[in-house]
Amino acid sequence: MNSVTQELLKIISDYDGESFKGAYNIREDGGCAARQSTENIKIETKQDAPGLVITIKPYTKGERVYIPACVTHSGVDDLVYNDFYVGEGADVTIVAGCGVHNDGEEEARHNGIHRFFIERNANVVYEEKHIGTGKSNGLRKIDPVTDVTLGEGAKLTMDTVQLSGVDFTTRVTRGVLDKNAKLIIRERLMTDGVEQAKTDFEVTLKGEDSGVDLMSRSVAKGNSYQAYRSVIKGENRCTGHSECDAILVGNGKVAAAPELVASHCDAELIHEAAIGKIAGEQILKLRTLGLTEEEAEQKIISGFLK
Amino acid sequence: MLKLENINWSLEDGRRILNDISLEIPDGKLVVVTGPNGGGKTTLAKVVAGLVTPDSGKIYLEDEDITSLDITERAKRGISYAFQQPVRFKGLTVRDLLELAAGGKLNEAAVCALLGKVGLCTHDYIDREVNASLSGGEIKRIEIATVLARNTKLSIFDEPEAGIDLWSFSGLVDVFGELKNKIKGTLLIISHQERILEIADEIVVVSDGAVRTMGTAQEVLPKLLAGEIARNCGRRC
Repeated sequence: MNSVTQELLKIISDYDGESFKGAYNIREDGGCAARQSTENIKIETKQDAPGLVITIKPYTKGERVYIPACVTHSGVDDLVYNDFYVGEGADVTIVAGCGVHNDGEEEARHNGIHRFFIERNANVVYEEKHIGTGKSNGLRKIDPVTDVTLGEGAKLTMDTVQLSGVDFTTRVTRGVLDKNAKLIIRERLMTDGVEQAKTDFEVTLKGEDSGVDLMSRSVAKGNSYQAYRSVIKGENRCTGHSECDAILVGNGKVAAAPELVASHCDAELIHEAAIGKIAGEQILKLRTLGLTEEEAEQKIISGFLK
Repeated sequence: MLKLENINWSLEDGRRILNDISLEIPDGKLVVVTGPNGGGKTTLAKVVAGLVTPDSGKIYLEDEDITSLDITERAKRGISYAFQQPVRFKGLTVRDLLELAAGGKLNEAAVCALLGKVGLCTHDYIDREVNASLSGGEIKRIEIATVLARNTKLSIFDEPEAGIDLWSFSGLVDVFGELKNKIKGTLLIISHQERILEIADEIVVVSDGAVRTMGTAQEVLPKLLAGEIARNCGRRC
């Protein structure tokens, strides 16, 4: 693996400069730079398309699997299909960061399509950190698709972060939940310059007592633009909550379009949204603690996106 | 010592809120500024902290003219200000806010000591966000704790009783009573509450934008209470 990949891995995952603890596959510019399966987590090459099939045995407990993808130069358009099959009662963490480095003039893009099939009573924590690096004018694009099918009593907690350097991103997340299944999504997003980010969530609560909690916090700086769309469909007795909070700095623009569709009388769906600049009172308070206006703004934003 | 000289401030529509106020606040005392609503107390406190710039007049802190200094510079000189309506932050935790106030990392024991002074259990609050989930009483105590964390020469509390229930208020009076004995600097509290007036060393009465009376609590409090009783009696009769 090259040095750019090594640097990106340190940012997007727990890479310590040597290896990962657990199962892993490192994707570099569309190829496989390293791979390791464990007794309980098998990583194999997908036969019908570029990508991987990750199979986690039932009742696997406390293991981590790393599937980072790095694009390290201009002119790469990487498309990958990764399928995760998580067995009944497993309790694991999946780390799937993506870094795109571009020092050239052409575009560099990663498009990761991840499908999760999470069986009965399994519990998965899914961490996804995205970053763009490099100083050229060549565009950096990351377009992740996350498609989740949660079985009875299964739970997925998704923690997704993109804080800098990605010129264009379209983030699509879909979920279908069976009885008692829970989906928790925490998204944090910051754009600057002329970057654009589109987020699109669609969750269908099919099973009785299924629930989704979706929280998106974002900051749009400079002349950047973000569009947030969420649809929660309640088709049974269920609970759905989505919360979209955005801070505008400079000429940043944010469009939020939350949608709730209840087709069952016991579906309880709630949406909260707030877009605005940093409250002047917040800056004043931190200034009375001795911070300058710039320091106060930076602290408020870093706390908001923590 | 804090000294105000001939402070004037008017609203944009020309209404005068502070009218040639001159005042000296001695070191190491608990001074309560009281008076009717709309009399200029909060504006006066904001003028001292730098949140409001006076139209004319001078402000001195330990003989240094701080009139032209902004909020940040005054905070660095040793002025703290607890807001009447504490500000809420999505994402910043109680620990974050206390560390910003203290100017560096705080260990568990230090956080515990600060929250203990305002009657909060560290375990329940240290990692909580300072957001809308906190009650009026809780956020008021945290606001006071941020001022204590700074440990400055002058700590201003703007109506600490505003917006909190009677039970929380009772605890807050105890907090100020204890602070009076422990804190090194000067406490300046804007308040209407008799129980806070009772623990004051000095009382300043501000009404219609001017200082009406100033003196020790023993001198001023009986007059204030007598005036209050006379007014109430007059209404009833």
